[in-house]
Amino acid sequence: MEIPFTSKPRPDTGIYNSKVGIWLFLASEVMLFGALFSAYILLRVGAPEGTWVHGLLNIPIGTFNTAVLITSSVTVVLGWASLQVGNFGRYKFYQAITILCALAFLGIKSYEYREKFLHHEVWLNHKIKVKHGHQEVETDRIIGHLEYEGHHQYFWNTKRLKGTPEEKDKDGKVIKAAVPPVESFKMIPDAFHYTMTPKELAHARKESAGVAHEEIEIKASDVKRLSAFVPSHSTYFAIYFTLTGLHGLHVLGGAIVIFYIWGPGAKMWKTDPQRYMNRVEVSGLFWHFVDLVWIFLFPVIYLL
Amino acid sequence: MQATTHTESHKGAHDAHHHHHEPGFLQKYVFSTDHKIIGIQYGLTALAFLFFGFLLMLCMRWSIAEGANAAQIKDYVIRPIPLVGGLLEKLLGDVAPKGIMSADLYNSFGAMHGTIMVFLAIVPLAFGAFGNYVVPLQIGAPDMAFPRVNMASYQFYFIGGVIMFVSFFIPGGAAQAGWTSYSPLATTIPTHGQAFWLVGMVFLISSSLLGAVNFIATIIQLRAPGMTWMRLPFFVWAQFVTGFLLLLAFPPLEAAGVMQLMDNVFGTSFFLPTGLAVGGRLADVSGGGSPLLWQHLFWFLGHPEVYVLILPGMGVVAEIIANNTRKSLWGYKSLVYSVLAIGFISFIVWAHHMYLTGMGTKISAFFQTTTMIISIPSVIILTCLFISLWGGSIRFNTPMLFALAFLPMFGIGGLTGLPLGFAAADLHLHDTYYVIAHFHYVVAPGTIFALMGGIYYWFPKMTGRFMSEFWGKVHFVGSFIFMNVVFQPMFIQGMAGMIRRMADGGLNYSTFKNPGAVGGLGADVMNMHKIILIGAVCLGLCQIPFIINLFWSIKNGKKATSDNPWGSTTLEWQTPTPPPHGNFDKEPIVVRGPYDYSLPGKDKDFTPQNQA
Amino acid sequence: MSDHSHSTEAHKHSPQEVSKHVKIYIGVFLALLVGTVVTVGLNAVHFDSIKLTVAIALFVAVIKASLVACYFMHLISEKKMIYVILGFTAFFFVGLMFITLSAYADLPANTVTH
Ligand code: HEM
Ligand SMILES: [Cu+2]
Repeated sequence: MEIPFTSKPRPDTGIYNSKVGIWLFLASEVMLFGALFSAYILLRVGAPEGTWVHGLLNIPIGTFNTAVLITSSVTVVLGWASLQVGNFGRYKFYQAITILCALAFLGIKSYEYREKFLHHEVWLNHKIKVKHGHQEVETDRIIGHLEYEGHHQYFWNTKRLKGTPEEKDKDGKVIKAAVPPVESFKMIPDAFHYTMTPKELAHARKESAGVAHEEIEIKASDVKRLSAFVPSHSTYFAIYFTLTGLHGLHVLGGAIVIFYIWGPGAKMWKTDPQRYMNRVEVSGLFWHFVDLVWIFLFPVIYLL
Repeated sequence: MQATTHTESHKGAHDAHHHHHEPGFLQKYVFSTDHKIIGIQYGLTALAFLFFGFLLMLCMRWSIAEGANAAQIKDYVIRPIPLVGGLLEKLLGDVAPKGIMSADLYNSFGAMHGTIMVFLAIVPLAFGAFGNYVVPLQIGAPDMAFPRVNMASYQFYFIGGVIMFVSFFIPGGAAQAGWTSYSPLATTIPTHGQAFWLVGMVFLISSSLLGAVNFIATIIQLRAPGMTWMRLPFFVWAQFVTGFLLLLAFPPLEAAGVMQLMDNVFGTSFFLPTGLAVGGRLADVSGGGSPLLWQHLFWFLGHPEVYVLILPGMGVVAEIIANNTRKSLWGYKSLVYSVLAIGFISFIVWAHHMYLTGMGTKISAFFQTTTMIISIPSVIILTCLFISLWGGSIRFNTPMLFALAFLPMFGIGGLTGLPLGFAAADLHLHDTYYVIAHFHYVVAPGTIFALMGGIYYWFPKMTGRFMSEFWGKVHFVGSFIFMNVVFQPMFIQGMAGMIRRMADGGLNYSTFKNPGAVGGLGADVMNMHKIILIGAVCLGLCQIPFIINLFWSIKNGKKATSDNPWGSTTLEWQTPTPPPHGNFDKEPIVVRGPYDYSLPGKDKDFTPQNQA
Repeated sequence: MSDHSHSTEAHKHSPQEVSKHVKIYIGVFLALLVGTVVTVGLNAVHFDSIKLTVAIALFVAVIKASLVACYFMHLISEKKMIYVILGFTAFFFVGLMFITLSAYADLPANTVTH
């Protein structure tokens, strides 16, 4: 049995099957990201004064990653164009760049994630003095790196300060050692905070660049809340991680498909070139969509 | 199911087709890419879930009826569930002490009853099973456009079902926050059941999305030569619109599901407000989220979803009515345009489920208006189907009886929706048994009747044999009576103020416990619970002949003497029985519309679409 | 699922046509890079009005997205069926965003939503 129009277009619609398929799929993706963007807007517009996080992402890295993704998009179309003139070698070359770009994008994104997991915010019970730019201010909220027992720590939160008791299984064997409570830890504070306006924040960031920060000793009993820059920190980081994480999964999925067509699936170029070109085109459409989502994600999450 | 008559009819055609090696059992029935096998897989799985969801409901009805019975017993004693109570205690532990259903268990069963019925039973049966089996045949296609995607879609559905099922047995039990899973309730109930629910939903949604892409692409691309849009059987149109509803309405719920999963697993606050207190203590969350957002995203799916539940049923009924009145459908074009209109408008009515959230008057006026507008195409469809009966010499076989019963039942369901669509009336009716009765009239005696009719109607194509007419009629009459016994009293209870989701059936709000209380639920309203319980049990008993009939007839039913035993015009009957892999012996060329019955000057009273 | 098209039937564009397309692709690529720089650059300026900042950022993003959609995804010259599908999607997308947002905007005064 043969399914018609897998490679040649159907005369009356003028398209082949998988092209209809991918556009339908992209339509559903539009709705998926549309819902997430709506959520973003609502959470942001509804956020009380001074609670919306901004200005904490690494803009140069984000910009670079944008360029990486744009490059991968153009190599996809260039690869497809090469196939159209029958130049398989050049197609291989361009798509290799695409795949490398995808990996680079994911690598850079993971690095950014790691940076965030290292960063913390403490909400204190009383105000202390810290530097914002060159100015000294009183505040009960500090962001920065957290140091404990000589190491920078990841993923700390209020619960961690209390420690956890030992866990034993039924026979009394210890399966998880006790984590002793924390009495105090050090913060290496950033000289700015997201409660500032974007302008002030950028200014403070510039002023403090290259200046060594003093560590602040913080007693656990003074801490109202402690959180790393993880999804539960705030609705901003929640939507940031959800959107970029979902987008990252799309990058990964797209890269795997493109790789499959490029490598193990390339035999089809010999047996059914038209269908092979269709596959390249369809996977490319998905890839451009992923790029397109990022084009909105980048300004919305990094800049605004 | 398919193998049984394979060898008997059209052996030649079949053999000619299988020039390659015979696939093994696993490949043929479990990992099949044939749309018909996948359709049957969907059908059997969905029927199993339908039955399971029904059993959950029977346990709940017992618990509710005990609320009324307890008033007659000293100290309001609640008795264990007969037959299954002990089993529940053994399987689930503390939540069913001594076989008595706890309120927590009631909540789990309630949430899972809704979820299972909607996402694991009706949608897979209506869209997955009937859509898969019938649509490619009716448009004259050899299979779906993407057979392997089709298989994946069933597998995702199956995995989703397993995850949902397993969640009953984890500590804390299955999800308890209703099939609507409103936040913050869904996040604060201390069970991982909700996380299972969400992961299960992500699988089910992915399955539906793959299915929808496949159906729409198939209908656009694989119509046989001559099968123009206006020659499509109405059933195909209904499935086409259903596909679009699933495709575009489900993703927002998937997004919402991911966000709620983040809330549950990673402690985010997408749907958790600032200052949320749980059990009297401030919750350890950042806050800043919006509970209303969940409701918007849920109902953005939720309302189109109810049309996903009903449109395929309407399609089935249209096919059966045309066939058994031996007449063309009245107003085919109106039907098509109405179903398209429903598709469009169903996306902009969703917040009529949210009047009580304190929404603004302008928006509520907007949603009232769109809700009233969407009832117009529904009424047009129903009217066309009614008028189609006019002057027909109707054959009252089992499929037709179910189709005929669908019309008034859906009518009741739809018309009782109108008061709910007005904010003023809905303030009183919202969250009462009136709403339960409304949508059950649409889905239970509505959609389920349509689908039952469909099973009896297409069974001869799938197996080459008829299901028993006698037992079919027993099944029909019993179901018809007891469906109404179950759901009719709920309208009255609801208007009397009985709210839904109460494990004790409202005992604590009743005049049993509070004699003379103004506005308390009276004895007559409470005692309807007992009637409903009896009705529900009898309804269950009436399904026994159906189940036996279904399986017994595969081998022993009356043989269909031709490939087209009902004398039908549509293409699925122009194939060998059962259709082989690849369906048609030779590609059909369509030359006429779908319902050319009783054309003057023809010797037969039906003229198939591919015959001049 | 195989199909019997041969390489001779394969639908290929003439080399001249393709090289014209390639020029367009490169042009779009450069435009996208410029767009990115513009967005980031303007953001560093910090206008006093937040509305203006948002409007400019989204404006540039829409232009970039249209370039990708029109040229990389060939939407500038697609078949009617694809436009129909995307037309539906656009309608529902706008419905979802716009109506949900209006529902929030229309909440009675002093409603706490978060
Ligand atoms: C034809 C016109 C219809 C109208 C005007 C209508 C109106 C409504 C309204 C306003 C509600 C919300 C009631 C409340 O919660 O207070 C509702 C609930 C519901 N309707 Fe309909 N409806 C219609 C048709 C349907 C159809 C075709 C179905 C298909 C199955 C359906 C299924 C449901 C369901 C499942 C609910 C309950 C949701 C819940 O759990 O809260 N309705 N209907
Ligand atoms: Cu609704």
